[in-house]
Amino acid sequence: MNALAQAGYTTSTGEATQFWVLAVFAVAGALGTVLMRKSVHSALCLAGTMVILAVFYLANGAYFLGVVQIVVYTGAVMMLFLFVLMLVGISAADSLKETIKGQRVLAVLCGIGFGVLLMAGIGNASLSTFDGLEDANSGGNVHGLAALIFRDYVFAFELTGALLITAAVAGMVLTHREKTERTPTQRERAAQRVREGVQVPPLPAPGVYARHNAVDIPGLLPDGTPAELTVNRTLRDRGQIRDVSARALADLAAIEQRTADYQGKALEPDTPADDDGDGAVSTNAGTAGTGTAGEGEGQ
Amino acid sequence: MNPVNYLYLSALLFTIGAAGVVIRRNAIVVFMCVELMLNAGNLALVTFSRMHGNLDGQIVAFFTMVVAAAEVVVGLAIIVSVYRSRHSASVDDAALMKL
Repeated sequence: MNALAQAGYTTSTGEATQFWVLAVFAVAGALGTVLMRKSVHSALCLAGTMVILAVFYLANGAYFLGVVQIVVYTGAVMMLFLFVLMLVGISAADSLKETIKGQRVLAVLCGIGFGVLLMAGIGNASLSTFDGLEDANSGGNVHGLAALIFRDYVFAFELTGALLITAAVAGMVLTHREKTERTPTQRERAAQRVREGVQVPPLPAPGVYARHNAVDIPGLLPDGTPAELTVNRTLRDRGQIRDVSARALADLAAIEQRTADYQGKALEPDTPADDDGDGAVSTNAGTAGTGTAGEGEGQ
Repeated sequence: MNPVNYLYLSALLFTIGAAGVVIRRNAIVVFMCVELMLNAGNLALVTFSRMHGNLDGQIVAFFTMVVAAAEVVVGLAIIVSVYRSRHSASVDDAALMKL
């Protein structure tokens, strides 16, 4: 540090402050990317880190790259990540169970070792000259970059163009699904349903009537067990079925108990105390209970 | 402040990303950690560019960004097609060829 100061290159105090404040957030974002359980949180942490890195590029005199970083990385790449997360299932949290024993500890140890090696390497390197970009950026950062890209690096530039086109084609080829047979018409599918005889009428709707009608809650069969068939197949595949049948069964039991008490005229003060564990729920069940029971009788 | 600190930060971010690649098993998060490593590399390149007083480092960082964009397209397409056929984005589940 002192040698560098003698060599005459340190940053301004403002840049130093900016660095120390933002570096903390950058590292926190990186750690969040690795440690967050849900992929969406990881993606958001990574987006934050990328924005901070863009600020660092700007501070380092790479004005064009700073803007490109925000436009391409946080704008395009992270949005692509979020799109895929939506496709794949946003709540698909990582399981925290280790499949290889001791893998995580080993990975952290190796990471620490690797980091120490890298930093020691940087510390030992003779980085005594810092020229700064004042000369190189004198004609404008974008102009300088353009001169380099289109003169010295023009071949690499053309190659990256070819690479991008190939990647675009690859993206389409990989995600495109070829239809090998004609889509059956509605009439043909109706005929097939009747022929198979498994599920002739349309699939039952989700939701527990008079309590919930969300699409991720399975409808209940007459005996109170959830009917998986009522929930959308995608939600079933993702394991996102919300189960309220236990509570519904408890409510049902409470209603039956009350009916029995009413008919038997026995133990009347005892019954409210019986399911008083969740008093709010039991009163709620009492109000909603008559509706459910009436509907049941109607059907 | 010494501008070398940017290099230390870059090394730290790269290390965190590398550890994440090894630790995490959701393919998308692994991919995000790879992106983090690429970004850390870019920060080092930009700092080197400032250190040497010419723009070549920024050119290389620019090409890295282009290649990373192409890589994201292909990688995410692969993840989506694997998810379609196996209904899982975990890298552990894609073990069909394991003995």
